Amino acid sequence: MVYSLPEEVLEHVFSFITLDKDRNAVSLVCKSWYEIERWCRRRIFVGNCYAVSPSIMTRRFPEVRSVELKGKPHFADFNLVPEGWGGFACPWISEMSRAYPWLEEIRLKRMVVTDESLELISTSFKNFKVLVLSSCEGFSTDGLAAIAANCRNLRKLDLRESEVMDLSGHWLSHFPNTCTSLESLNIACLGSEVSFSALERLVGRSPNLKILRLNRAVPLEKLSTLLCRAPQLVELGTGAYSSGIRSDVYSSLSKAFLGCKELKGLSGFWDVDPSYLLAFYSVCSRLTSLNLSYATIRSPDITKVISQCPNLQRLWVLDHVEDSGLNAVALSCKDLRELRVFPSDPYIADANVTLTEQGLVSVSEGCPKLQSVLYFCRQMSNSALITIARNRPNLICFRLCVIEPRAPDYLTLEPLDVGFGAIVEHCKELRRLSLSGLLTDRVFEYIGRHAKRLEMLSIAFAGNSDLGLHHVLSGCDGLRKLEIRDCPFGDKALLANVAKLETMRSLWMSSCAVSYGACKFLSQKMPMLNVEVIDENGSLDSRFDSCPVEKLYIYRTVAGPRSDMPGYIRTIDRDRVNTIS
Amino acid sequence: METTFRLSGGGGGDGGDYGDDDELELGLGLSLTSAAYAPSSNGALSSQVVGWPPVKTYRMNSLVNQAKFSKNEEEKGVGGNDGSKKKKKNSNKNDEKMVKETGHSGFVKVNMDGLPIGRKVDLNAHDCYETLAQALEIMFLKASSSIRREKQQHSRLLDGSSEFVLTYEDKEGDWMLVGDVPWRMFLGTVKRLRIMKTSDANGLAPRYQEKNQKPKSKQLELRR
Repeated sequence: MVYSLPEEVLEHVFSFITLDKDRNAVSLVCKSWYEIERWCRRRIFVGNCYAVSPSIMTRRFPEVRSVELKGKPHFADFNLVPEGWGGFACPWISEMSRAYPWLEEIRLKRMVVTDESLELISTSFKNFKVLVLSSCEGFSTDGLAAIAANCRNLRKLDLRESEVMDLSGHWLSHFPNTCTSLESLNIACLGSEVSFSALERLVGRSPNLKILRLNRAVPLEKLSTLLCRAPQLVELGTGAYSSGIRSDVYSSLSKAFLGCKELKGLSGFWDVDPSYLLAFYSVCSRLTSLNLSYATIRSPDITKVISQCPNLQRLWVLDHVEDSGLNAVALSCKDLRELRVFPSDPYIADANVTLTEQGLVSVSEGCPKLQSVLYFCRQMSNSALITIARNRPNLICFRLCVIEPRAPDYLTLEPLDVGFGAIVEHCKELRRLSLSGLLTDRVFEYIGRHAKRLEMLSIAFAGNSDLGLHHVLSGCDGLRKLEIRDCPFGDKALLANVAKLETMRSLWMSSCAVSYGACKFLSQKMPMLNVEVIDENGSLDSRFDSCPVEKLYIYRTVAGPRSDMPGYIRTIDRDRVNTIS
Repeated sequence: METTFRLSGGGGGDGGDYGDDDELELGLGLSLTSAAYAPSSNGALSSQVVGWPPVKTYRMNSLVNQAKFSKNEEEKGVGGNDGSKKKKKNSNKNDEKMVKETGHSGFVKVNMDGLPIGRKVDLNAHDCYETLAQALEIMFLKASSSIRREKQQHSRLLDGSSEFVLTYEDKEGDWMLVGDVPWRMFLGTVKRLRIMKTSDANGLAPRYQEKNQKPKSKQLELRR
């Protein structure tokens, strides 16, 4: 019996299927489902911009409204990826401007974007609504001016932590008076002043503005003016948060905060003056998200604020919070889902803060919904990690950074293998893990055995031998991204697990012991992988097979080797014995 | 889980740098503590490693700018009167100026003769020439960033014993030898760095005080 539903019906059904995973499964059912699905897919996410080419994307999916792309490897955030590596948005934007006239949203992360591309975006898509540039670089405020001037229906402009060449603050004035559609504006990363009057007018004529993140140059005295214009704000990032001792500023600020009945999230707080902290006292009870990670204030002041926020779900803070502040979190913030504690002085071995493993243990005890942790500290013990694991088996993301590389358990002087082993054993839903401290191959044995849902793993200064890497590659069934630096992992584990590499998005290895010959072999064996070797000393031509490679980036792709690499990167060409650029 | 793949449990294999990790296999790790873990006496990490601890550069720049801001506050005194407010404004301007000149707070470009690729180094991560030079040595003059280096008293880039010297371009476009002016002054005037072959650096720029008096021809002559 053969039957089929009409195309329109199938399309309508498919419109309820939003996850990429599910959409991909739908397209595999049969040819007609593949066809129908590809015409009605509206959102595309490309986790590695080199895994596929722009034309492959536009050819298969002709009616896309939203595209998200990621470029450089994660370790680029920490200066490990040399300049000029790649991640250029230009070819994508050119192709999309040709193929997707109705494109509404572009989200880019760790990519190089030029002013020309921004201008092209602003003129190519009549209904453009959302632009998010996360940790991007290569553009200036001139490009922003084009976006402001030409995107009539712009709803969201988010420059999250991008590196912008700040030529002038006047770009903001390019938003026409007719533009009233703005819902979200994040300019926190901009260095210089924007024209305040233009900002004030823009905020005043945007009744739907829900998210506003200012840059440091917006002075505190002016904040209340903006708040009075936008009492409907849900998330606010302040500018500089100090102003000398001025009671008039304080009172107008607290009055303005009183008027913001919808405010749920706060961030910013550069140059914090503690005497202004409780100007937002009235919103504390409603706050679900608080980012004090740029606020260099001390423990008693932080504790005072935190104790007023019983509904906090996300807290980002500096290690000034100390164990005492985290005890307050454990007592007051029973709804906490995500905690990030950043180091105030990362390059000093003995910082002047009493933040130890105890703070994290307290939070793990007191906050039953805690699922995501990023924690920088200077000492850790296996017993603390075991306690945390037992307290919080619902952890999904656990990133621990003990600041001194290879630091052992400070109580027993043993490696932290058993502690991290407990984490992966108890937290069965763990998706992301970052290791630190003194670790042997043992910890990787535990990870391979237990961390079946793990998708992303970051390793540094750990392990003894290839056995460690082998445990991970052979055991972690769900692994998608693996990044490794300064570990004694060589060829054996890689060559014994070649098939695994095609099931992952990418593998980064720097300052390890992988040889050039192994890279060549890998590339020959696996045509669907790009094996890229980075050598900044510029001597790739004279490499012997036994030479260790400096940095290695392996990723699966259907687009073949890329052609935009600088001279110090080579894709190992599987068809030849000698590589050429 | 059975596997036909067998690895010897031995040490780091080919990498000479990791040979000593054989000690770890005993699981005692006792011998590690003195070598890798002890913090050095001046309070800095026992070695400056690129990209560690893993804090985003965006965040580091922001924190450092604030440290400078609050340092200025301490030096100038905080008060409620207009005078101190003006001073605060100036120090903010200086930070912003620094942002504009170096492009992005503390990061400046570093190029080395003979290498096609430049790197960026965060000047704000250092508080003296020694650590900066050592960080650059790791970045440029060694194949891999290893945490274990010989304890060096003095960077060879600074004391003239290396075949390379460290130079910088200042605000006025002149190339100067790194190390001649006080660190803070250097921070305020450096635009970018260059690791130059000693043989190419002829007539190195004299000290700061003398620079103002001597004619331009006395500055660093570069062989391009």
